[in-house]
Amino acid sequence: MNAPVEIKLPEKIAGYRTFTLGQFTLQRDEYFVTITWPAKGQRQSHTMSADAFLRAIMRDVAWGFFYGLVNFDAVFGTRNLYGRVELFAGRYNEAIHKAGLSYVEVFDTPPAMAKFKEILSDWVNEGFDPFAAPAETGAAAAFGEKRGSNLKAIERFRVATKRMPGLEGDSPLREESNGFAINRAFADVAQDEPEIKAEPGFEKELHAFNLFKYLSRSDVTWNPSVTSVCKQSLFCPTTEEYILPIIHGNDRVEWFVQLSDEITWEVSDRETGRPRARVTMKAGDVAAMPADIRHQGFSKKRSMLLVWENATPDLPKRYERGELPPYPVEF
Amino acid sequence: MPFTTVFGSLSKYEKGTMEIINDNPKYYVFSNVFEVASKSKAYEKVVVAKNLEYVIEAIRAEGTSPWMACSHDEFAVVMDGDVEVEYVKLDNADAVAPAGKEGTVQLQGEPKGKRMGVIRLKRGHQALLPKGAAYRFKASRPSVMIQQTILGPLTVQKWGEICAH
Repeated sequence: MNAPVEIKLPEKIAGYRTFTLGQFTLQRDEYFVTITWPAKGQRQSHTMSADAFLRAIMRDVAWGFFYGLVNFDAVFGTRNLYGRVELFAGRYNEAIHKAGLSYVEVFDTPPAMAKFKEILSDWVNEGFDPFAAPAETGAAAAFGEKRGSNLKAIERFRVATKRMPGLEGDSPLREESNGFAINRAFADVAQDEPEIKAEPGFEKELHAFNLFKYLSRSDVTWNPSVTSVCKQSLFCPTTEEYILPIIHGNDRVEWFVQLSDEITWEVSDRETGRPRARVTMKAGDVAAMPADIRHQGFSKKRSMLLVWENATPDLPKRYERGELPPYPVEF
Repeated sequence: MPFTTVFGSLSKYEKGTMEIINDNPKYYVFSNVFEVASKSKAYEKVVVAKNLEYVIEAIRAEGTSPWMACSHDEFAVVMDGDVEVEYVKLDNADAVAPAGKEGTVQLQGEPKGKRMGVIRLKRGHQALLPKGAAYRFKASRPSVMIQQTILGPLTVQKWGEICAH
């Protein structure tokens, strides 16, 4: 890690604290977040809308920096090195990188995560939920001078499931009684449960639940939760509304199964951001997202998406070394 | 206005689209589980997603399946229709599905062991197919499931037939 930045920064702007992380500075004001970094002997800067930044950093924190690249937008983001994390500015933006103005700095994961959580705690106002769809949260609350906080909203993390929700000792199912109401967009989703007739002694071994009911009660958007584990194969379904707040750059092949409704994916090259395809998925559709792309989803009505991940630890290195093609099958 | 959630079914599904800008459409391995099941034989395990050895299979459930088992957990999600799963705790699980053998295996004849029970699934329901158990499916009308498992001897790959390209 480089020596801490030594530029003069206001301690607070509009009541919001200013942060540094290595050579990066991060400031927010009433409407915007501005990030600066060193480049060619000066400071290069980039500005994002505050609500977009907060929705993106919320996912990065909740997902533990996720798999591969979490692009907050076309300029700034993180790359998970699994134990360490890279912050980048312009590195995956063809124009900035070719101009020699990009910057990358690597941090141990725990201090970077702690700093990101501090930023979220300070910059999220009372009444703004960065996990919610825009129609469900006080969009205006994202802006203006600092007003309180919303720690309850930002402390929801990705649900960890060892085998399947509802099994003894595993993650809980979602019910009214534990705070999960049916989302307004899924009011028509059947809430019945499977009929389980276990013979005596096998009550804990037979297990089933209503996955669509479980998803209809998700209180977050674009936040996958594991619902079944087959060795390193993880089913991570999620409910999606509006725009994926990050542009996810893969470090392995990822798969989508559209369980309900419709999502359009804009797919571009992971390294340069050059557009490659638009994929519109409807209920029952299955599509791979190759290992060398970045993608962002658009869902006009809240939809159910099964994200399927392969959590095999050495996969990113195998793709980097060229041992595996970036697409999953040849035909 | 109330929202309407759109699920697919064998009788009614609409496939999405790919607009290729600068890529090979085959890389997206784009298919639809209802379309696949509409052309499959009963209980044919057609892989629709593959990530190295791991697979998701689209299965047309119709009538009674053979008895099957696996050396690891598998999971089934019903996408359309009604499916019953019958379970037997295998006396000789290691002999039927040895630890090193991945993917679903088909039993020859009836399983030996205690009846564990039955689960009745409807659309959206997910069932655990636990290791050490034999299971079989029953569906009184054509239904569709996806199964999370590992590539095995029963897995059918026919990408050129099922994928847009």
